[in-house]
Amino acid sequence: MTDARRTGKPILTVEEVSLSFGGVKALQGVSFDVREHEIRAIIGPNGAGKSSMLNVINGVYHPQQGTIAFKGRKRHDVDPHEAAQQGIARTFQNIALFRGMTVLDNIMTGRNLKMKCNFLQQALYWGSAQREELEHRAKVEEIVDFLEIQHIRKTPVGRLPYGLQKRVELGRALAAEPTMLLLDEPMSGMNLEEKQDMSRFILDVNDQFGTTIVLIEHDMSVVMDISDRVVVLNYGRKIADGTPDEVRANPAVIDAYLGVAH
Amino acid sequence: MNVAFFFEVLIGGLLAGVMYSLVALGFVLIYKASGVFNFAQGAMVFLAALTFVSIMKMGINFWLALAITLGVMVVLGIGIEKIVLRPLVNQPPITLFMATIGLAFVLEGLSQLVWGSQPHGLELGIPDVPMEWLSQKWNINVSQFELFAAGVAAAMVAALALFFQYTRIGRALRAVADDHQAALAVGIPLKHIWAIVWAVAGFVALVAGLMWGARNGVQFALTFIALKALPVLILGGFESVPGAIVGGLIIGASEKLAEVYIGPMVGGGIESWFAYVIALLFLLVRPQGLFGEKIIDRV
Amino acid sequence: MLYREAGQFKATYAQDQQIFPIRQDRIAFALLLAAAFIVVPLIANQYWLSAILTPFLILSLATLGLNILTGYAGQLSLGTAAFMAVGAFMAYNFVLRMPWLGVIPSFILAGLCAAAVGIVFGLPSLRIKGFYLAVATLACQFFVLWAIQRIGWITNYSASGVITAQKIEIFAYAFDTPVRKYLLTLAIVAVMALLAKNLMRSETGRAFMAVRDMDVAASVIGIPIMKTKLLAFAISSFYCGVAGGLYAYTYLGTVEPEAFTLDLSFRILFMVIIGGVGSILGSFMGAAFITLLPIFLSVLFGGISHATGMEISHAVVSNLEVIIFGGLIIFFLIVEPQGLARLWQIAKEKLRLWPFPH
Repeated sequence: MTDARRTGKPILTVEEVSLSFGGVKALQGVSFDVREHEIRAIIGPNGAGKSSMLNVINGVYHPQQGTIAFKGRKRHDVDPHEAAQQGIARTFQNIALFRGMTVLDNIMTGRNLKMKCNFLQQALYWGSAQREELEHRAKVEEIVDFLEIQHIRKTPVGRLPYGLQKRVELGRALAAEPTMLLLDEPMSGMNLEEKQDMSRFILDVNDQFGTTIVLIEHDMSVVMDISDRVVVLNYGRKIADGTPDEVRANPAVIDAYLGVAH
Repeated sequence: MNVAFFFEVLIGGLLAGVMYSLVALGFVLIYKASGVFNFAQGAMVFLAALTFVSIMKMGINFWLALAITLGVMVVLGIGIEKIVLRPLVNQPPITLFMATIGLAFVLEGLSQLVWGSQPHGLELGIPDVPMEWLSQKWNINVSQFELFAAGVAAAMVAALALFFQYTRIGRALRAVADDHQAALAVGIPLKHIWAIVWAVAGFVALVAGLMWGARNGVQFALTFIALKALPVLILGGFESVPGAIVGGLIIGASEKLAEVYIGPMVGGGIESWFAYVIALLFLLVRPQGLFGEKIIDRV
Repeated sequence: MLYREAGQFKATYAQDQQIFPIRQDRIAFALLLAAAFIVVPLIANQYWLSAILTPFLILSLATLGLNILTGYAGQLSLGTAAFMAVGAFMAYNFVLRMPWLGVIPSFILAGLCAAAVGIVFGLPSLRIKGFYLAVATLACQFFVLWAIQRIGWITNYSASGVITAQKIEIFAYAFDTPVRKYLLTLAIVAVMALLAKNLMRSETGRAFMAVRDMDVAASVIGIPIMKTKLLAFAISSFYCGVAGGLYAYTYLGTVEPEAFTLDLSFRILFMVIIGGVGSILGSFMGAAFITLLPIFLSVLFGGISHATGMEISHAVVSNLEVIIFGGLIIFFLIVEPQGLARLWQIAKEKLRLWPFPH
């Protein structure tokens, strides 16, 4: 059960967003908001458009219609690069880690927006580049401690089991010290223990750093447990929006999941 | 501006383009069926031509030599599949591409090791003289040989297109190119298919080798024809048989016209890079080629 | 027993981030440098210096350049020799027309020119990937070589197209003997290798590898794809340009287009593949391997010739060389795609346990 958390004003507003690929309509006129410091879940059956929604929020996909307003700035579309600069970080459903690099290096890449030295300074290394590198290394080690992955920090991520890779990906997103974190099925493929660990991490991040979290998740018990509010999508449309209890009792939601003949 | 001359250059270019297409066809075949970009195609053309010519020089008649060379190419294809491709089955395409670069070197060295490195002439019985009625009526000189080559290429393209579209094996090849795992799942014998594909590609290489060998002589420079086929493939798309022809025609014509009309202004020698620059500009506008399919990156 | 890390604790992150965290490695490397700078000039003969060691160093530098672009940043390039050519010809022009600059600044400027060309021909990489990009770089290779031969100003209107490289003089000290050329090359290569290593272990290197491994994800975390790719082309071409300058000045003695053909581009690509993609050490190992292999083969066949009394012609040996190159590429791609560098790493890991099996 969630404690009453101090959630603020809406930090993200999605308005009438529609997205299609060729003939396929991934999203149709979806609108909802996300309040600061809250944990918002997006749920729905497979193919409902949840990942697409996340991709629109951080600029990987550009919607044909609708706007996204983040921190008060409304825009029609944005580059993923700009979204990162504005303070949005995310993880991916199929793990988008850099397989050729170690855990430490992967998480360090999350710090790239905070690194100011240019490549000439880096080539010389001794001096400002080294100081910056060590400073960020210290920060990254804090995240490594937080996520309890010290033992694998020098392992190339390609060799890690799935559950640990997901944790590293979370670490990389956290390294950016984001205002809002988008998590795409952070617990898929995990066993019960791993899910509990991951839930704990997510709650801690929200608690300690005040990070707003938007997550897509299929495990209903997790969703009900940790989210403040829930958005339900089905076939690209929003069919419910409210607290976990409200959504659970909503007949449209039950229909969508159990599959009533249309 | 001399119109007759223009047409002569244009037709010459188109016909040269057809010759490029012949080589490009081999690439398309292998790519269509196994997803591998076979950089060694040029080396295969060279090997086929050199083997054929050397066997004939030993006194064997034309058709027998042809059959033997075809046999060699088939065995080669099967060998390549076994030794190079199978161990690399799950690697990313770039690795396979680099492996075929290595293969190209091996085949080039091997050809010259076995048959020696002097150039040979190749006679197919069709002289490289202008078609009389064209040159007399319209003052346009078009080589009989090049027309013959165009005819051969056209016949090959037609045969291959029909093969892929309408035969069972052709369908299986297309399935394999799309998705190895799925093809295996429906019972398509992958190894046999690949062996067939490389054998057919070897046959195409042989025909291309004969045409080019007759035109330019069988010498090491033949391997560079493969490099010229790359812009053809970029224009036509890597998976399209008609694309290889269209691409070849465009590259051949534009290259010749550029050399003749723009060349003198900049000191000549444009042919060394013009085709590539055309391909490059094309890629910037349409990265998937004329006939290729758009790639969508899903995250 | 010898190669144990026991007792070597890292108390600060600075210690952990060193290039050679293990003491034995540091000692070995120091010995290697001492050997290269001091021992070799004393004992090596002219042939070894001018025909083997110097070109090995130069090609290592070019391989480093290509490795930065293709190995670390994942942009396949077949135009390496063209960038070297730009470096060589521009170095010639700077030394010719601005002799007051000095040789080292001329080389640096020549490298910058190569970097500029690299950026121009790297622009397509923003739209094109994989072997499509390779074909685009072929355009660069052919076009640049053609342009060098057509623009008279570049070759100072030389009739034959073959220019003799000027003598290298730094502060009136002439580098004209094989030993001095070798030492100059060694110094330049050592410094540039250090800069490259620093670069690749910093944010730049990580950004390159991120773009290589998954550029959509890299973009999502804020890495600017366009700037990163163009920087990779620029730095890589700079290295190749300087290598080209050295190739002409300390090895060939002439500045000519024929030295920078597509064949050289392929050879350098082979060095990257065999040595190890994405590895500084690998660049040197690959270059060493490919430079030494022909010598090894001719010694081998010379020996066979003597032993069996058979005449093995030069043509046979050179064809065998080509076959073995190609075969090795295939072999490495199948068996150890990460090349000699990875094999070396595995050997070191085994050494840590030696003489115990596990």
